[in-house]
Amino acid sequence: MISSRREAWIGRLLLVVMMAVTLLPFLSLFVTALHPSGTYPAGLAWPGDPQWGNFLRAFEAANMGALLWSSVLIVLGVVPISILLGTMAGFAIGHLRVIGSRVVFLLFVLGLTLPFEGIITPLYYQVRDLGLLNTRWAIILPLIGLFMPFSVFWMRAHFVNMPAELSESARMDGANVWQLFRRIHIPLAMPAISSLGILLFLWTWNQFLLAIVLVDDPTKRTMSGALGAFQGQWGTDIPLLCAGSLLILTPTLAIFLIFQRHFVKALLQGSLKG
Amino acid sequence: MARSVTARSAHRRPATTKLRALVGWLFIIPALSFYAVFVLRPIALTFQYSLYEWDGIGPSTWVGTANYGKVFTDPDLFDSLINAFKLIVFFSAVPVVLGLAIAATIRRITESRLALVARTVLFLPQVIPLVAAGIAWSWLLASTGVINQLLSLIGLGGVTRAWLGDFATALPAVGMIGAWVLLGLCTLLLLAGMSKIDPALYEAARLDGAGPWREFVSITVPSLRQEIAVCVTVTVIAALASFDIIYISTQGGPGNTTMVPGLQIFYLAFSEREVGTASALAMVLMLLVIACALPIQWFAKDGNR
Repeated sequence: MISSRREAWIGRLLLVVMMAVTLLPFLSLFVTALHPSGTYPAGLAWPGDPQWGNFLRAFEAANMGALLWSSVLIVLGVVPISILLGTMAGFAIGHLRVIGSRVVFLLFVLGLTLPFEGIITPLYYQVRDLGLLNTRWAIILPLIGLFMPFSVFWMRAHFVNMPAELSESARMDGANVWQLFRRIHIPLAMPAISSLGILLFLWTWNQFLLAIVLVDDPTKRTMSGALGAFQGQWGTDIPLLCAGSLLILTPTLAIFLIFQRHFVKALLQGSLKG
Repeated sequence: MARSVTARSAHRRPATTKLRALVGWLFIIPALSFYAVFVLRPIALTFQYSLYEWDGIGPSTWVGTANYGKVFTDPDLFDSLINAFKLIVFFSAVPVVLGLAIAATIRRITESRLALVARTVLFLPQVIPLVAAGIAWSWLLASTGVINQLLSLIGLGGVTRAWLGDFATALPAVGMIGAWVLLGLCTLLLLAGMSKIDPALYEAARLDGAGPWREFVSITVPSLRQEIAVCVTVTVIAALASFDIIYISTQGGPGNTTMVPGLQIFYLAFSEREVGTASALAMVLMLLVIACALPIQWFAKDGNR
């Protein structure tokens, strides 16, 4: 009893230390962002005269309104299509078990661990030949393809566990495959679909490589890609850079805090399956 | 009821199966086309480019496997591969070992309110863009940053330096950023796995007089085989394919000390216009990732049987 109580205290202490280490970078960003712009504040020191206006200046300097809108457009382009196509393919492979689908599935699995850097060069020429360079489509279309292995893999894992009797009885009632999919299987798959949606949203929003290679104009990039450009432009003004970074990570942070339960669940399951 | 179903489907089988297969393929084709156009075709093209010398604009010359030879003999290129493997120590070993230790220690208090708050906090690094993590840590590790401030505070003022700008410390410093990003995820994954272990096992061990260390080695670690494999896979891939953090914090410098394949491919293809060499390195990187991920998966699967 005594030993387990001591263990519990050590556990608490460890947790607090870990949380402190996790939060330290955020705290440092915040404190630094409040210093007069152009200075090099030393370490963690609360400024004598907090410059709250830095956030406003960073908002304007980074053109945050346009960035947010651009990221939203990209997410709206990527996530719904990826979910729809991934769910359909996952359904056919996992539930209908179409002839030949095992081979297709293996093909998708091969792409699960693909580093994006591996194909970024040909992707650049391909997107250029399609005439899409410097448009949001340059990020949206390749991302749908790149997310397809995971989407299919994820949805198949759900459909494999659906009992075949479910579909048989619906077929008896005269439902065709599309109705079966739309009316019976999609509603039942909603938990899997929403977790997938959360993961895809996060990965799209934070996508960096495609944004900096395929789109020059920061206001047509994802938030993350725009932050890269912001750093290049304002990298010497540390307080402003810190304020800008904080602003740019606020949207994901806010959405994470609102949906945290779903997020944690989705991310844990996501890495277990992926 | 069941009999009538089988009778009917047996009767109608040939036509129905064919039709069903056709409809099924209609469900697969859209996903497959996106995948083929934006992933499979580029992979094939990467392979093709890797056999030529090409500046991206003019005519290309067939060079066979010379580009691959270059990847393994040119010290700049080969070092980037070595660096990626060194990063595995920080991206994988640190989060997995520390994560195991932490998860084992806090296992008993997972239901407390503190642990619930911690769950949210520890996930923050997974949610923010890696670019933001890179910027925050560049500032923490700068010569006037918090890390040096803390070191001076505990009397280690002598070792303070610009951690990311020093030839000796840049790679470990970048590695620590990766460890920070991945530690929370690993800890929580391992904790989730531990909650599935039967508490009776631990009680039995305690009755047999096993200490915490013995418990950890003979119960916790073997039961977590699957979760550990997942953590290792995810983090090894993150190390080999690292790009964002390094692009932001060091750009591969100082010198070439933090250059990794991902960044090298980017520079070769888009600044130095050596598309062939970039593609050969890209092929090597893709194969390396698969070569590292597959054995870990097999290892985990064997344990389940």
